[in-house]
Amino acid sequence: MNRTFMGYERANGDIGIRNHLLIIPTVICSNQVCNRIMQMVPGTVAIPHQHGCSQIGADKDRTFDVLAGTGKNPNVGAVLIISLGCEVVDPAALAEEIRKTGKPVEFFDIQSVGGSVKAISHGAELAKRMMADLEKQEKVPVPWNKLKVGVKCGGSDATSGLSSNPALGAAADSLIAEGGSIVIGETTEIIGAEHLLAERCVTPEISDQLYHIVNRFEDEVQRMGADMRGGNPSPGNIAGGLSTIEEKSLGCISKCGKAPIQGVIEYAENIPDHGLYFMDSPGNDIECVSGMAAGGAHIVCFTTGRGTPTGAAVIPVIKITGNKMTFEKMEDNMDVDVSDMLDGTGSLEQAGDRIWQEIMDVAAGKWTKAEVLGHQEFSINRIGPSL
Amino acid sequence: MEHRIESGADALYMDERDHVATALRDMTAGETIQYRNSEGLRGVTLVDPIPFGHKVAIVAVEEGMDVRKYGEVIGRAVKSIVVGQHVHVHNIEGIRGRGDLGTKEAAAQ
Repeated sequence: MNRTFMGYERANGDIGIRNHLLIIPTVICSNQVCNRIMQMVPGTVAIPHQHGCSQIGADKDRTFDVLAGTGKNPNVGAVLIISLGCEVVDPAALAEEIRKTGKPVEFFDIQSVGGSVKAISHGAELAKRMMADLEKQEKVPVPWNKLKVGVKCGGSDATSGLSSNPALGAAADSLIAEGGSIVIGETTEIIGAEHLLAERCVTPEISDQLYHIVNRFEDEVQRMGADMRGGNPSPGNIAGGLSTIEEKSLGCISKCGKAPIQGVIEYAENIPDHGLYFMDSPGNDIECVSGMAAGGAHIVCFTTGRGTPTGAAVIPVIKITGNKMTFEKMEDNMDVDVSDMLDGTGSLEQAGDRIWQEIMDVAAGKWTKAEVLGHQEFSINRIGPSL
Repeated sequence: MEHRIESGADALYMDERDHVATALRDMTAGETIQYRNSEGLRGVTLVDPIPFGHKVAIVAVEEGMDVRKYGEVIGRAVKSIVVGQHVHVHNIEGIRGRGDLGTKEAAAQ
């Protein structure tokens, strides 16, 4: 297959389906300056977060990796980094890491520039110039096998496992048949279904890795002496008919289709080209989607039974429901309705085709409901305590 | 685990090993509803009201037995369940992610 769509070609050969100027605060202290600049310069996206200081070890590395990965995401055309000047995340190192993609990166710190007012004014000036350059870039035809799509579910109810997840799985199989990549995550939400995914890993080592990350997570729950129930399944999941994490997991895994699993990757790690990959990530919607975006996903397809407005900072999030009542009640937030699978008027194949068509339209530039509403959620998954 | 959805039933039955079917509409206690297995449409009279998306027992399950949906184990019965009963958090519980039970071994027993 060598069908094409129109996308933005980056210096390193990556393909973007959006052309954002991303404003990255290296630390919570520069969030406000970044937000003000975003408000002043249309077309820019800021990613305020809670981290970047008082962090050590793997946690500090994770913050760096997620910020760098988000900057490297192919939907980002240029990056402006704003630091405070005394935090643990080094803005120069971050800029250098993102520059490896060949995209323009600028950075400065608020302490050197002389406070918030001067930083906002200086940053807005820089952002305006960078946006002007980005707007000159034209789209070119690119092959479908460049596309990487994350699959995620959230606000699940019984319809998720019965209709929207298997339908998304059919669309995931279509993308893999074109040579593209699918990434599935949510380690928490394969508990009780991991044996079915492990059977599909292409080597025994990858299968072992999958069991390892599930065991590691379950051991942590054990160590805390906590009962997952009440947290997961959530109260909404339970109201929707899901009784246990095992039931939820068995419904969750069908969203990645039937392809063999080519590898298990770390949170925010680069998603390889071609085939299906598992990212070790939490079930939490925003943390999981942010990890996929940092791994280079172009789009996340997100199924929901109960309904959720979730979007993401640098990637479109396509919302799919198999619950007719949810589609009707929350049409503002929903992109695709596959509820006809359950009333018997539509087939799994038709529902899969509808999602595949939506992926193609969104890749070609159609805005998702989350984009229309300005949803730019971003959150970094944490490992350890703050200092 | 194969997803088959066929129309013309009130509740969805996923696999021949399953103990439960999922309600495709709000259903009331006392009504006889239809689900489809390999032999065709089967009837079950409901003991409890079953909300849309919730599960109804289509075979009896003894206390302590595994409960199956999608042909896979979704938890364990904490009390005996009769045909037509609502199957949910009041009569089944998850076995996994149970730090409150002390150890994985204790949870598995």
